[in-house]
Amino acid sequence: MAVETISKTPEVSLPISSDSITLRISRFNPKNDLSPIFAEFKVPIQKWTTVLEAILFVKQNLDHSVAVRYSCRQASCGSCGMRINGKPALACYTKISELNSNIVTVEPMHNFPIIRDLAVDFKQMFANHKKMKPYIIREDSEIASDTKEFLQTPEEVEKYLQFSYCIKCGLCNSACPTMATDESFIGPQGLAQAYRYVADNRDDGKKERLKIIDQSHGIWRCHFAGSCSHVCPKGVDPAMAIQLLRGYLLGFRK
Amino acid sequence: MRESIIMKIHYGTALGAVALVTIHILFRMTQNFSESLQYQNVIANYHLLPYALMLEVVLILLSVHGFNGLRVILLELKQGIVYEKLINYGSIGAMAALIAYGSRTILMAGMGMS
Repeated sequence: MAVETISKTPEVSLPISSDSITLRISRFNPKNDLSPIFAEFKVPIQKWTTVLEAILFVKQNLDHSVAVRYSCRQASCGSCGMRINGKPALACYTKISELNSNIVTVEPMHNFPIIRDLAVDFKQMFANHKKMKPYIIREDSEIASDTKEFLQTPEEVEKYLQFSYCIKCGLCNSACPTMATDESFIGPQGLAQAYRYVADNRDDGKKERLKIIDQSHGIWRCHFAGSCSHVCPKGVDPAMAIQLLRGYLLGFRK
Repeated sequence: MRESIIMKIHYGTALGAVALVTIHILFRMTQNFSESLQYQNVIANYHLLPYALMLEVVLILLSVHGFNGLRVILLELKQGIVYEKLINYGSIGAMAALIAYGSRTILMAGMGMS
């Protein structure tokens, strides 16, 4: 990445704050630029300021052209995933005070095509997610008039519950070393979702899903680096899901 | 072939190779290292039929495991239908060629040809 930087400081009077940091934002438009450059901004911060708030401060006061995707600001929508000081994280869930650095660098996530600046293209990840058939597959329905809801014991729910917390932010795919070289790899997000439904005792689509993931760019390309689980903001453990799915394919689990 | 079957073979050949290479190393330890590499001693291994068969099995296990490992690495490096077909069939071809060449060596040494 080029080291050329553009520095901007606020010209207008800003909220009083004793602290400020330098926010370095990667700027890149694939349509016009050959390589990304960093734009530097002085941003006032409070103890509770998040990286997303700092970026939005820049957009509001210094440079409105910075491209960033965000929505809920509470780690529920999975929109604001990016690399913060080199590590994949949600901008809305990362407090600047926790980074212990006066310089905060934000870059787009690895392993995704860049749309512009910090916004990346999720098309492939959503396609892989869809490929996993992320819904309960079974003949009967709980909404038909003569049927009852499908009851589950707490133990049965526990088998898949953590995997249902996935918000599709893409941080796991961004951290995955296999995804860096193998663009056809399903990725930890898709594989964790496959396990979420395979482990659900209401579902009858296990065979279908195992067949989908059992291909040359499927589950076997995971090297168990574990970085996917390390970066997940919701505590999902895709690396474990992949190992458990392998158990089904190797015949250790039924 | 389904990838899970290929990977079962991959893991199986690794385990088998570790077991048989251990036996091979233990046999080498029955004499000094330099002695075990002497021409007559090496040839004697091939004249002993069970040992020659074990070496043949080691050759097959390591070729299958090694070339499949290489195939997997190459598939992760680059993608594309033509490239992947080339890698898959190339690996099988290279595997067969190495096994054929190694078997020829074992057979010739076993029969006293040099």
